[in-house]
Amino acid sequence: MKSSVITFPGSNCDRDMDVALKKFGFKNKMVWHDDTELPKSDLVVLPGGFSYGDYLRCGSMASKSKIMKSVINFATSGGMVMGICNGFQILVETGLVPGVLLRNKYLEFICKNVFVKINNKHNTYFKDIENDVLEFHIAHNEGNYFCTNDQLKEIEDNEQVAINYCDKEGSIQEKFNPNGSIKNIAGIFNKKKNVLGMMPHPERMIDPALSGEDGSLFFNNLINNLK
Amino acid sequence: MKISVIITLKKDVLDPQGKVIHQTLDGMGFNDLNEVRQGKYFEIDTKENDPKKAKDKVEEMCKKLLANLVIENYKIIDVQ
Repeated sequence: MKSSVITFPGSNCDRDMDVALKKFGFKNKMVWHDDTELPKSDLVVLPGGFSYGDYLRCGSMASKSKIMKSVINFATSGGMVMGICNGFQILVETGLVPGVLLRNKYLEFICKNVFVKINNKHNTYFKDIENDVLEFHIAHNEGNYFCTNDQLKEIEDNEQVAINYCDKEGSIQEKFNPNGSIKNIAGIFNKKKNVLGMMPHPERMIDPALSGEDGSLFFNNLINNLK
Repeated sequence: MKISVIITLKKDVLDPQGKVIHQTLDGMGFNDLNEVRQGKYFEIDTKENDPKKAKDKVEEMCKKLLANLVIENYKIIDVQ
């Protein structure tokens, strides 16, 4: 399986993602934002970080960079595209997934482990994954998912919510919502479910010596589903 | 030709920064405020000399980059 990680000026989780993808068997290539051609890929990842210093709105500048034309074409023709954290912010700015990510409700940069409940397993990202609840890491200032009421209805009707913030047991309540996101939404799909944007970082949970291995479950499952 | 644009958050969108500014102003003694909303202001200097064309171009910029229309409104406030 081939993957590509796009590096924008200010990306800082691109190498972590590279390590994670390779650990679980992907042949990964790093792709510079100013390139126009996307290498042949089964998965394209927009990594976390602070592309363009978060100027104007997080992800807004990166969404207009040269490589994104190819990424958008790849996604609209059914290719698997995953945006993590700043990558999620870039995805919403391209319009590939609906909504926006606002400043966290309590104006704090949040950096901690959270639990997320998988809302939909009928897709390549989460199909056959054993757990319903995963422990991931979040680190963001603008992760407060927002969309209009009409968009929310459409998202729910099409089962586009991927994961919600919850507690260890999978209970989705406001008190487990770290950033004020509508309905505790932590990740969302496009209509076809080939594009996934999420705030949590699975690539930070691939080593028991660091913080945990729920990311390993995610990547192992993902590569098996892609085969 | 110089064009000024302001971008504001839509009415229903939470503005936590505006809220904190409101609270701070309140603490400073400006305690008769109903609400504070924070926005963005741009001055765009263009080579285009036709006001109508320049305005149209800036409007396109607002739609494509300067504003995110899910949460923000834009208003061209000055053309000179």
